[in-house]
Amino acid sequence: MAISPPEQRIWWNEPIGRNEVLWIGIGLIWCIIMFFMMPYWHLEGQQNPPTEGYRISSDDYATKAEAAAAEYTVGTWGETDVPVVSPPPGSDIYMIARLWEWWPVFELQKGETYRLHLASLDWLHGFSLQPVNLNLQIHPGYEMVATITPTETGEFGIVCNEFCGIGHHLMLGKMIVVEK
Amino acid sequence: MANDTQFRTCPDTGLKIHLPAEKLIKTNAVVAVVFLLVGGLFGLSVALTRWPAVHFLPADWFYLALTAHGLDVLLVWIIFFEMAILYFASAILLGCRLAAPKLAWVGFWLMLVGAVMTNVVVLMGESSVMFTSYVPMQADPLFYLGIILFAVGALLCCCCFFGTLVIAKNEKTYEGSVPLVTFGAITAAIIAVFTIASGAIILIPTLMWSVGLVSYIDPLMYKVVWWAMGHSSQQINVSAHVAVWYLIAAVIFGAKPLSEKVSRTAFLLYILFLQLGSVHHLLVEPGLSSEYKIFNTSYAMYLAVLASMIHGLTVPGSIEAAQREKGFNKGLFEWLRKAPWGNPAFSGMFLSLVMFGFLGGITGVILGTEQINLIMHNTLYVPGHFHGTVVAGTTLAFMAVTYLLVPLIFRKEILFPKMAQWQPYVFAIGVTGLSVFMMGAGTLGVPRRHWDITFTDAAMSFDFPGAAYLMLGLNGVSAVVASLGGAMFIIVVVGSLLFGKTKGEAAPAPAAEAPPTTAAAQYGSAAHLEVPGTFALAMVFLVSFVLYYFVNWKYLAETWGLS
Ligand code: HEM
Ligand SMILES: [Cu+2]
Ligand SMILES: [Cu+2]
Repeated sequence: MAISPPEQRIWWNEPIGRNEVLWIGIGLIWCIIMFFMMPYWHLEGQQNPPTEGYRISSDDYATKAEAAAAEYTVGTWGETDVPVVSPPPGSDIYMIARLWEWWPVFELQKGETYRLHLASLDWLHGFSLQPVNLNLQIHPGYEMVATITPTETGEFGIVCNEFCGIGHHLMLGKMIVVEK
Repeated sequence: MANDTQFRTCPDTGLKIHLPAEKLIKTNAVVAVVFLLVGGLFGLSVALTRWPAVHFLPADWFYLALTAHGLDVLLVWIIFFEMAILYFASAILLGCRLAAPKLAWVGFWLMLVGAVMTNVVVLMGESSVMFTSYVPMQADPLFYLGIILFAVGALLCCCCFFGTLVIAKNEKTYEGSVPLVTFGAITAAIIAVFTIASGAIILIPTLMWSVGLVSYIDPLMYKVVWWAMGHSSQQINVSAHVAVWYLIAAVIFGAKPLSEKVSRTAFLLYILFLQLGSVHHLLVEPGLSSEYKIFNTSYAMYLAVLASMIHGLTVPGSIEAAQREKGFNKGLFEWLRKAPWGNPAFSGMFLSLVMFGFLGGITGVILGTEQINLIMHNTLYVPGHFHGTVVAGTTLAFMAVTYLLVPLIFRKEILFPKMAQWQPYVFAIGVTGLSVFMMGAGTLGVPRRHWDITFTDAAMSFDFPGAAYLMLGLNGVSAVVASLGGAMFIIVVVGSLLFGKTKGEAAPAPAAEAPPTTAAAQYGSAAHLEVPGTFALAMVFLVSFVLYYFVNWKYLAETWGLS
């Protein structure tokens, strides 16, 4: 029994049953397939976690992001004073995460690619683009660069899905995607 | 020293029981159950808050309760219970005296003081940082201190466990190798030492930072090291509950491992590979290379996944072999149909095994796939997954083994046997709902740890689809059912301990003379017992795994391009 010492003192010489061997073989093959899916997707897939990242100072990042936004601001979002920024396709765009907002609101064009920079100025935040359901973890002191290509038009929400204090559930941003 | 007055012989099993060890097992188990009660109540209040139609707690209390829930159940309930299991698997199963019971008591008190301290500071507010306590968000210094004390206590208990193994070996209280269950417990304890070391590396500097002695803690570094602890601690749970599965199968069926070699190697894989596989918590973090992430999540994790798949076959396989030996040989599944489904120790164990595989296991691998994590990270999918592992798997297994410990260690008859009989089913149904509906909501993008997905007070607005609200509502209902199952467990256990009939010392059934079933393979014998029923179940599992795995790749392929 499993609660008493093995019956055979030399248990490591026991032969293994057929079912067990078969199952171990199948399991191993499946694990190898799952392994190869990941490198394969880097070659063939369109969705891979961004790996470009830099250590930064929050102040420098804020200055850079504000300057970049000022250049292409086309208005403000609704009743708020958050700028709506319409950057040219292919450009670098800078988003700030801070207690408790995503700043600014970007207006992007469908099918175009942008280099989206993301960094927090205070605590951890979770960039969660909805209903697309793309999720990235945002740290203070680190700038992440995600190359994104919107494939549908509309108004999208940016929810914060990393707990960031008592205003966590108020932290909501927007992204707009329009036809070319 | 080891005089015989410190021992009694269990009249039911013939096991030689060291009384100081017995007392420690009792105390640790009782404290564990108390924290399960407290933590479970926090869990219920959290779930009721996330049910939009009920929205039970105000925001600050919600985040407070969520912090307390994570700490009390994941840390305190599970680890106290694991200490009881370690003492059982060493002193009791090896028929040996426990090394340094005094040290074990120091460990116990450190753990208790630490747990209470952390609970108190969390309840005072100002420390609602979640059990992960990611920097730079800061908690009260006592929050970190409490966790550190708890961990140091647990380390002392592990030392007593290892010491007991040495004594048993020296005093030759057993012959040959240690039993498989003890081997599993050793696996758990080794991983525990690694876990506690990682915890110390990250929490001690964080404590110093919180009192101003250290000026800066890098948030990414914190997460990497924190998860070296957080992830490995889950492997303690897996090793411990797998050992419990084997234990229950042995006690109820006299089941023997199909092959000692395979089962022990599978435990060894946990030690070799699971501890490194913690980067699946950091798949969408800035600045980590893909090569490292793929290496860490596949090389290091998949071999451990393989180990769990092996146990998933060998545990029910050993039961099938034992049952077939008793003559339940008709068709593929007579052995399973004729199993004692009315015995909560068995039903709890079997449900735990099935749900751990289907709910927790499959989803965990998918969540830990580098790219698929993009569509799940930090959504409710994550708690959905780990309520499948740590609640359906570990908690239910521990509940099941309690039904054996109460008569064996506490010498009490189970009060309310009817309620006990139903308890695993009620709890399992509730937890299945919790797990499935949280995962459903997560697939629809609903964030975890979030007080209000209607964003009523936010400056901007966003509407989640109606289905997301439905999922959260069903999750709330499931939480009530799960809590009912939890309450039934606590009523039965506490009731039995306080008011149960003490079992007589009579009826010395010599059952322990290893029932003469030769279920498992005899070395050298050609008569290998095959387990076709279990194998068929394993294939069902594999097919579900493969299908669900590729469905998620398809979901991923449909979203925006990202690189
Ligand atoms: C009646 C039983 C339980 C119910 C109703 C319940 C419900 C919940 C809910 C609704 C959440 C919150 C998800 C969120 O908003 O992010 C949660 C989180 C959690 N639960 Fe449970 N749970 C129960 C039992 C357990 C048990 C027994 C464990 C561990 C053994 C556990 C471990 C956790 C952990 C670690 C979290 C994450 C906390 C965090 O995000 O910081 N739960 N639970
Ligand atoms: Cu945030
Ligand atoms: Cu947040």
